[in-house]
Formats: sequence, C-alpha cells, structure tokens
Amino acid sequence: MAGPVQSIERAAAILRLLAGGPRRLGLGEVAASLGLAKGTAHGILRTLQHVDFVEQDAATGKYQLGAALLHLGTSYLDVNELRSRSLNWADALAARSGEAVRLGTPLEGSVLIVHHVFRPDDTFQTLDVGALLPLHASSLGKVLLAYGTAATEPGREPELEAYTRHTLVDPERLARALAAVREAGWAAEVQEMSMGEAGLAAPIRGHGGLVVGAIGLSGPVERICDSHNQPRTGLISLIREAARAISRDLGAARW
Amino acid sequence: MVERYVMSVDQGTNSTRCILFDHRGRLVSVAQREHQQHFPRPGWVEHDAVEIWQNLRRVVPEALSEAGIDTGQVAAIGLANQRETTVLWDRRTGAPLGRAIVWQDTRTAPLVEELLQRPGEEFFLERCALPPSTYFSALRIRWLFDNVKGVEQRAKDGEVLFGTVESWLIWNLTGGADSGLHITDATNASRTMLMNIRTLAWDDELLEFFGVPRSMLPEIRSSAELYGEARSLLPGVSLTAALGDQQAALFGQTCFSPGEAKCTYGTGSFLLLNTGADVVRSRHGLLTTVAYKIGDQPPAYALEGSIAITGALVQWFRDRLGLISSAPEIETLARTVEDNGGCYIVPAFSGLFAPRWRSDARGVIVGLTSYITKGHLARAVLEATGWQTREVVDAMNADSSVSLQQLKVDGGMTADNLLMQFVADVLDVPVVRPMVAETVSLGAAYAAGLAAGYWPDLEVLRRNWHRAAQWLPDMDPERREAEYDNWQRAVERSLGWVRPPRSP
Repeated sequence: MAGPVQSIERAAAILRLLAGGPRRLGLGEVAASLGLAKGTAHGILRTLQHVDFVEQDAATGKYQLGAALLHLGTSYLDVNELRSRSLNWADALAARSGEAVRLGTPLEGSVLIVHHVFRPDDTFQTLDVGALLPLHASSLGKVLLAYGTAATEPGREPELEAYTRHTLVDPERLARALAAVREAGWAAEVQEMSMGEAGLAAPIRGHGGLVVGAIGLSGPVERICDSHNQPRTGLISLIREAARAISRDLGAARW
Repeated sequence: MVERYVMSVDQGTNSTRCILFDHRGRLVSVAQREHQQHFPRPGWVEHDAVEIWQNLRRVVPEALSEAGIDTGQVAAIGLANQRETTVLWDRRTGAPLGRAIVWQDTRTAPLVEELLQRPGEEFFLERCALPPSTYFSALRIRWLFDNVKGVEQRAKDGEVLFGTVESWLIWNLTGGADSGLHITDATNASRTMLMNIRTLAWDDELLEFFGVPRSMLPEIRSSAELYGEARSLLPGVSLTAALGDQQAALFGQTCFSPGEAKCTYGTGSFLLLNTGADVVRSRHGLLTTVAYKIGDQPPAYALEGSIAITGALVQWFRDRLGLISSAPEIETLARTVEDNGGCYIVPAFSGLFAPRWRSDARGVIVGLTSYITKGHLARAVLEATGWQTREVVDAMNADSSVSLQQLKVDGGMTADNLLMQFVADVLDVPVVRPMVAETVSLGAAYAAGLAAGYWPDLEVLRRNWHRAAQWLPDMDPERREAEYDNWQRAVERSLGWVRPPRSP
C-alpha cells in the first residue's frame, strides 16, 4: 500500500492552523508556521479555496476557514444553484429525448425534485419542483443511493415500500441493483414506482467527482424501453451526455 | 449528408457568446468569454471594442470544436448585440477612437436636459419615436464631437466610422479596413435617435440637428437578409442576420403576432410587445421600436418597457451586502420565510426606467422593523422584480388594444421558481418559459437561418417553440391589490431624492 499523500497531510496541517487561531493568516505566516515554501503553501491554499474550505479576505488577502467546512455533512451545493447551472443542459435533454426531465437531490430519506422540464409536446403539465420521490423505487433515487449521496435511514430498519410488484423491496436485491448502477454509470426504473411508467437517470458530479445530484427522464414504458423491456440505448447516452456537461460546469474534471 | 448548423453570436454587455443550433432549434454547443467593464468616472461605462472583437475570435473556434464541426458545416451566422453602445473607429486603420461608450453610461445627462428644453421631446418623438435619454447613441456621438478634440473634424473629413457593436463586428468579419461591410440593421438603427421610425432611413433633420455627417453612418439593412460573406474567422460563411439583443429575444420566443410579448430577465429586464405593422405611440412611458424586418417584407414594430435593475439587485445583495454567495441562493434565503414581513425594496439605483422614467429617484428599503430578517430582505429583492414587471405590463395594457394573455419569459432569473411564481401571481396571467432559455442567441440564429433558407418560414420556427415550464397565478386578488398598493407607496418614497445642484 502506498504511503500517506504529502500534499493532503500539508492541506490538513493548514486547515488545523487556520482553525487554531482566532484571526486570519497571511500567506507568509502560513508558510513560515509550517515550514513550507511560499509557492507550495500558496498552491495548497488556492486548492482549498477552490473547494471552499478556505476563504481569502478581499481587502487584506489573508486566509481563514471557509463556510463550507461548517456544513461538511450537508450538501455543499445549493439546490437552487444546481438548477441554475443545469438549466441549459436539462432543456437540451428534454428537447432531444422528447421526454420530461427532472433533477433530484437527497432530502431526509427521499429524492427532492429540484428542477423539472416539461415533456416538449406542449400538453398541459404542472411543475413538480419540491415534490418527493422514494429513493429505492425511482431511477433518480437509485443513483443517489448507489453513489452514497443519499442513504436509506439506517436506524429506522427500513421497510422498503412496494409501489408496484416490480419495486425492489428486498434489501439484498436492491444492493445488487445499486452495484450494477455503479458499474454501468446510470440507473433505470421500469414500472417500479408506477405501472406503465419508466425512468432513467445518471449522476451529476461536483468537485473531485463527488455526486451531488441526479438527472433523469421519465415517461411511458414503451417510449423509454425497447420491445425487450430494456432501456433504449439512445436515451441512455443522451442522459449521460447531459450529466457529464453539467458535471463539467460544476467543476468535476474527469467527467 | 453532413449535418449543418446555424451559428449565433450574442455580443452582450458582459460577455460574448457563440452558440450553435441545429435544425430543431436545439442548442448544440456554447462558448463564452467575458470582457472588462471600465468605469473611468461615476456614471461612465466603457468597453474596449478591440477586446470584444478578440473575444469573438476566440469563442467562434471554441464553439466549433466543442460541437466537433468545421466551418463548412455552418449554414449562416447571425448576430445579436448589446444595443446603443457606441463605437467610433478609423476607416483606414480600423483602430477605435477611444473606448466604446456603453448603453448604461449617463455622461450625456446634461445634454438630455438641454434637448428636453429645446427643441423639446415632440421634435424627436415625431421622427424617431424616442424621447431624449442618455440611453441612445446619437447623444454619445454628439458628446464625443464636443469633448474629444479633432473627432468632429475627422468625421466631417470622412475618416471616421460610427457603429453599434454589430456594425463593428460585421465590418471586422468582412475584411475591416480592406473594404469591410459597414452596415447595421433596422432594430439597432432604431435605437440611435437618427433613424426615421417610418421610413427606416437616416433622417436628414435628425442628422442635421445632431451634426452627424452621413458618411460616418452604416447602411441600414434588414434584420435578416444576405449581407455578405465573412472573410476572416469563418471565411466564406454567409452573414445573414443582425438584431439588437432584446429584439432577438422577441424573435427567439417566436412572438411573431401582434399582442405577443416576452420579458428577458437579466441584469435589467426588457419587456417587448409585438404591435405588428402599427407604430404605437406610448402614452404610458414605453418606447416604440422596430421589432424586426425580414428581407423585403414590411417591418414589425414593438413597444418596449425597460427596467434598469432586476438581476443587478440580486448581484448587489450578493456582492455588496454579502448575504448570499451565489445569485441562485437568493431563492434559498427567500424560502426561509413565508412572506416579505412588510418590507419592500425599490431598486432605483440610477433612477427608475419604464414606465416612470424618474432620474431623481434613488433606492429605498421601507417597512423595516426589528422583525425583518435577511430572509425577508431576500423576498423583497425578488418581489421588486415582480412588481416592476407589473408596472410595465399595466402600461402596455393601457397603450395597446389587446391586454396581455400570457407572458413568455427567458434569461437567467427564470431558473428562480419563487420569482417566476411571484411574477405569475402579480400579473395574474400564466408565465411560460420556453425549452431554450438562450432566446437572444436563438433569435439571431432564427433570423440568420431564415434568410439563408435553413428554415423555410416563421411557422416552422413556431413549431420549434416548446413550453419547458409554466407558472399559473395563485394569489388571492385582495392580497395582490394590497401588496401592489404597498409597492406603489414604496416607489413614491423613492422619488425626488436626488435634488438638482443648487444654483450659486
């Protein structure tokens, strides 16, 4: 096994240093305190600033801990910002696929719909933003579960509710399905939440590849799936393309 | 067959964007670059026209490479641009004579006062349908003549060219000093105060009044027709459209029939209502403008209501007060409370635009009590945009024979669900967002593709328009009236704050 990564150790030391003192520190102070070259300290501070763990005072140029550190356990990306950054790509996905598009983030053991683009057929539809979906029975939820963004509440011994006879209610079968989602990079729900309906979803990643939400489309099962009841590959690549475009915009480098 | 695309350039106040669209009006790729804002004195706003041209030279190849296509696959180029911004440059060298003076710049305010005294508003309204305002280009040309040594003489000698930003870019794209096309379109020309609103030609009396030599002005062309081919950047590709950005958004929203309106929510907001062949003269503080002119068809006109500060208030809340770290977080903060708590913000940062046009107004926050939290302030920030929209819609309904049935919206703020619901609530009509939020770019692409035969007619474009979201009014009428009354009382308190300087 490889030894500790030096730059991470140094980053941790910088965070401890900034957390220890009551006041902001300049670059020189940080470098001198830790015995680092200024260039090295600056590179690490810049990176920490990039992920919002450190903030730089505009007037003095000095550093302090970033607000994001105080909310490490909660989602670091504001849901309204996620919607704003996804708008163009969600529209393009709906236009290309001809289906309704939704974005989901976790909220207290459910999927919260944070954005909804109508199916582009100009029929009467109402905005679903703010609605909740079950994690285990929706493709958006399966993505959030598969990548550790959401968890079914552990202490509560979840009775997974059966919405249809296709809903995955057996924890072991669900776990296998989630492993397959991680393997494939996308999730499907075929008549698992309501009969006749299907959905597909892919992960949206932020800095460092952390999954911050899911984007998916849904519609009648015969439009989402082929004659063998398998999700249409064309739709899958459209979703993954949209998810990658949003992820890039959010700062996920490799996706 | 190789797929072809239409390229749209949106040269805006803050950035230059290049977007490719496919046959169904779907966005294929985007590239964008911001340019620097120069504020040399209070009230002055300038751009470097060369920087803007260089940004265009960067975003065009970026958009092509992101889409993975080459120049041969571009069917046509259309431009949309920030309006009224004034560029003067040397005909022989192509070098700008100083920085471009931006539409927000208020240095011509003293001249506006003079013009209102003599010859008075009516002289201008009859000819160009615009009242004197710091907004329009002719006053900036006059200011440059009066304040920069030698410019007027050089212009008279035929050495200087004038253009709004689309003229500058088209001239550079088509060869620059080496016989580049010096043209503008009717929508942009309608914002100069130099074009006759009915003939769509430069007006001799206005030229004479402002002392602007005809030789420096671009030729006025249709908004959509074959102008020529690009010689640099995209050699051989046809340039087929140019529109002012707000007119482009109206076109992108496919508001082709009289009575159809759109509002673009950005830093400021612009509501345009198509009035068809009628030049409607507003009695309620709206501007009459050319909506578009397609080929040799007669022009369509529009009524326009401009709101100076909408998104800019959110930016102020973020950058100056630091209460949020990104603009979309305003919604998160606003949702921490149920209502505005009795608090109203009137963002008259540089006076109020349509429909009130009060340059003596300044911003106020009223209804402060110890109960008010930053959440209530965030609500008041968003509601200010809603109420300002309502005032413009009321003016439009009063000026036009048909009242607004629904409002098509676009722009970055349409991502804010709380705001869009509030707009529907206070207007009491449905608010709809189209599938392509980039309507400025889409409109320029539509006009360009129409002229190039990429799309056959307006009906096809209409069929490309799809509803992406809709907000239905859901506010108790009594509450709406009471809140509107509060807003209007708040506005009254913003008026008359700036006093004219005391005479010695």
